[in-house]
Amino acid sequence: MHVAIETKNLTVKFEKKFVALKDVNITLPAGKIIGFIGPSGAGKTTLIRCLVGRQKITHGSAKVLGVQAGSAKLRGRFSYMTQSLSVYPDLTVRENFSYFASMLGQKGAAKVAMIAVVLEQVDMTPQADRLVSGLSGGQKQRVSLGVSLLGDPEILFLDEPTVGLDPVLREQLWDLFRELVTAGKTIVLSSHVMDEADRCDDLLLIRDGKVLAHASPKRLRAQTRTKSVEESFIELVGEQHESA
Amino acid sequence: MSPRKTLATTHRVLRQLGHDRRTLALLFVVPPMLLTIIKYAFQSEPSKFNQLGPMLLGIFPMVMMYLVASIATLRERTNGTLERLMTMPAGKLDFILGYAAAFSLVALVQATISAVVILGLLRVTVMSGALSVILGALASAFLGTSLGLFTSAFATSEFQAIQFMPTFIFPQLLVCGLFVARDHMVRFLQLLADVFPLTYSVDAMKQIALYADWSTTLTRDFVIVLAYALLALLLGSLTIRRRQ
Repeated sequence: MHVAIETKNLTVKFEKKFVALKDVNITLPAGKIIGFIGPSGAGKTTLIRCLVGRQKITHGSAKVLGVQAGSAKLRGRFSYMTQSLSVYPDLTVRENFSYFASMLGQKGAAKVAMIAVVLEQVDMTPQADRLVSGLSGGQKQRVSLGVSLLGDPEILFLDEPTVGLDPVLREQLWDLFRELVTAGKTIVLSSHVMDEADRCDDLLLIRDGKVLAHASPKRLRAQTRTKSVEESFIELVGEQHESA
Repeated sequence: MSPRKTLATTHRVLRQLGHDRRTLALLFVVPPMLLTIIKYAFQSEPSKFNQLGPMLLGIFPMVMMYLVASIATLRERTNGTLERLMTMPAGKLDFILGYAAAFSLVALVQATISAVVILGLLRVTVMSGALSVILGALASAFLGTSLGLFTSAFATSEFQAIQFMPTFIFPQLLVCGLFVARDHMVRFLQLLADVFPLTYSVDAMKQIALYADWSTTLTRDFVIVLAYALLALLLGSLTIRRRQ
């Protein structure tokens, strides 16, 4: 197994008091879709921000592709789609792609070609020259995802990539994720929608800054003798309360 | 830092303004409009306007660029685009200098229009000539841009950013010599005026209006304004953190 991400005792405290993540020890495989699943406020975003190097780690360590998270050497090897839109509403789709591609060091004909490919991948070619502010919520979300596909990153960190999308669109995005992983990429995504968990290869169930479970959906269901990840989650939270 | 990425940022900011014609129109039309109003307000004392007009041209570009720059960067900090950029292989200076260059180009157009209006239509005579007036207005705009980029780091909302204008700009305006000659003010206000950058921007315009020759005082004024602007840009880049 190729390791994409490894953390040891990863702990994050905000203002020295609130513990956002506590002793997270995980080893995540490359070439898979990995889901960080849990209610909002559980620590999913904080964990992603640690891995992309935006969040200061209080103690412990985090490695991405074998390199210390946040290291300048990693920049360009992964992409990060934040929970907020993180594209420019007052630019067209193509202008957004062009700017972020330039910031990733792309140029010339290769840049133009790459933008054309990404426009197709996120199915935005017909809207390429429209302002993002005039697009629907789902289209905006796809533009933001498109930015994360630029520059051929090895790992895609996607914070709630499918939130607010209609079921058909969500299906399309999951097809795209599967395609990307087949092509060798690693996708780390967060979601508070439990039914999405069943589509991941590897799951982290997170609650109150702690990892409750780490397994494939199938194994999780088997371990907790439940039919869905949602039920597993409830089961695990119950166990946690009993042991506490 | 890379020139290509800095230019990409400049290009992107200009594209954003290009899609926002109304903001552009306001930037270009408002300073001549205000100057025209003041001209007619002082109709009974034309010599007073001849003295005030150039000084105001040391102030308006600063105030307007301050607002545009601080709101633009605040949006960038709050909508997730800066968060995303900071995980990419691009320097903080690519971002800051790209912004400064874009707004300076806009300011050049603004300064030229204002100079044409004040010298041509409003018949103000300046001893040092049109080019010096444009340079003075440009320095004022550059100062405003830099201060805006810097102070927006301390605002967490648009409300706060707007309030920073009366907080940071008005005190400078009150003691810069526009309302009361600086040597007529009490000592501590004189000291304040001495440390405020706007004082030198206004003084430069005064020198340009009064003297045909480029004096050492004028050189000093320009150097101080540019030094403050560069300092603000540097501090602004320090407020952008890779890791939070």
